[in-house]
Amino acid sequence: MDLSWMAWTWPTAIFFITIALLLLAMGAWEYVRPGGGPRVGILGFETTRGDRLFISLLGSAFISLAWLGLLGPPVWGALVVCLIYAVAVFRFA
Amino acid sequence: MEKTQNNKAWLFVLPVLVLVAFSAVIPLMTVVNYSVQDTFGNNVFFWAGLEWYVQVLESERFHAALWRQFLFTGIILSIQIPLGVAVALAMPRKGWGVPVCLVLMALPLLIPWNVVGTIWQIFGRVDIGLLGHTLFNLGIDYNYTQDPLDAWITVVVMDVWHWTSLVVLLCYAGLVSIPEAYYQAAKIDGASRWAVFRYIQLPKMHRVLLIAVLLRFMDSFMIYTEPFVVTGGGPGSATSFLSIDLVKMAIGQFDLGPAAAMSIIYFLIILAVSYVFYTVMTNVGRER
Repeated sequence: MDLSWMAWTWPTAIFFITIALLLLAMGAWEYVRPGGGPRVGILGFETTRGDRLFISLLGSAFISLAWLGLLGPPVWGALVVCLIYAVAVFRFA
Repeated sequence: MEKTQNNKAWLFVLPVLVLVAFSAVIPLMTVVNYSVQDTFGNNVFFWAGLEWYVQVLESERFHAALWRQFLFTGIILSIQIPLGVAVALAMPRKGWGVPVCLVLMALPLLIPWNVVGTIWQIFGRVDIGLLGHTLFNLGIDYNYTQDPLDAWITVVVMDVWHWTSLVVLLCYAGLVSIPEAYYQAAKIDGASRWAVFRYIQLPKMHRVLLIAVLLRFMDSFMIYTEPFVVTGGGPGSATSFLSIDLVKMAIGQFDLGPAAAMSIIYFLIILAVSYVFYTVMTNVGRER
C-alpha cells in the first residue's frame, strides 16, 4: 500500500506510535482494573483515567505551543514540562 | 449469578472505528505530517521541523484572525442562545400554530450555506438589494463592501437569521418534554413566570442547551462559506475569520506547511474550548 501521499516522516510516525501505545496501555489498564477509576480531584469534577489522559495530552499540546511561541525551538524543555504536567494530572486531577 | 461475558458488541463498534479512521484520524495524521514539512508539489517534501508553528504563532495575521474569530463567536453565542430560548418560550405548545412555527423555524436550516451567502449578498446591496436600498433611502450610510462595521453587522445578522432556528428547535424540544404536572405544581405554589423559567424550564432545557451551545460554538468558530460569499473576507481583512485566512493560505498561496500548522492550532483551540464548555455545562447539570 502506497502511503507516500500522507507524507510520513520518522518524527511524526514516532509521535503517533507513542499515542497508539498510550491508548493500548490505557486499554490494558482498563482490562486489569475495570471501571475507569473515577474520582474527584483538584479540578473539582469527576474524572476517569481516560479523561486524565485527554487532559494531559491536550494540556501538553498547549504547553508545547506556548513554549514555541515564547521561547522557540528546541522543545525538549517543553517535553519535560509536559511529562511533569501529565504526572500531576494523573496524580491529583 | 455470574454475569455472562459477550464481546460480540465490539464487532458492532468496528464500522464506526473504520469510518472515523478514514474521515478524521487519517486526514488529521496527514495534516500533522504536512505541518512539519515544506512542499512545492509533486509529492516532494522537505523537512522543516517546527518552523511553521513558530511562524504561525508569531504571525500578526494569525493573531488578528484569531481575535476576530473569538469576537464573532462571542457575539453569535450571546445573541443566538438567549434569542433562541426566548423564541422557543414564545412558541405555541398546541394547536395549528405548532406545525406552522416549526416549518417556519426549519426553513432557514434547509437552505445551503452558499445560497444563504448569495441571498444576503444581494439583499444587502445598495443598488438592487431590498435591505441595502431601503437603508439608503432612509438616509443610513450602509455599504458592507466598503465599511468594516457594516460588513460585520451583515455577517452577524446573516448568521443569526440562519442558525437561531436550530437553538429554537432544540429548546422547543426540551420545553415540550416537560410534564404538565410541573406547571400545575408551580401554579399551586403561586410561582411567578420568572420562577417557572428559572426552576422548571431552564433546568429541563439544560441538556439541549448544552448541545445548542456546543454546536453553535463549533459551527460559528469554523464559519467559512457565508462570510466568504458575502464579503470575501473584506473589506480589507475585516471579516477574514480563521477558516477564510486558512483557505487563502493553503489554496491561494499554496503554503501547505504553514496552513497545516495553522490547522492544527485551530483544531486544538476548538477541541479545548469545546471540552471546557462540555465539562462546565455537564457538571453544572450534575450539581442541580
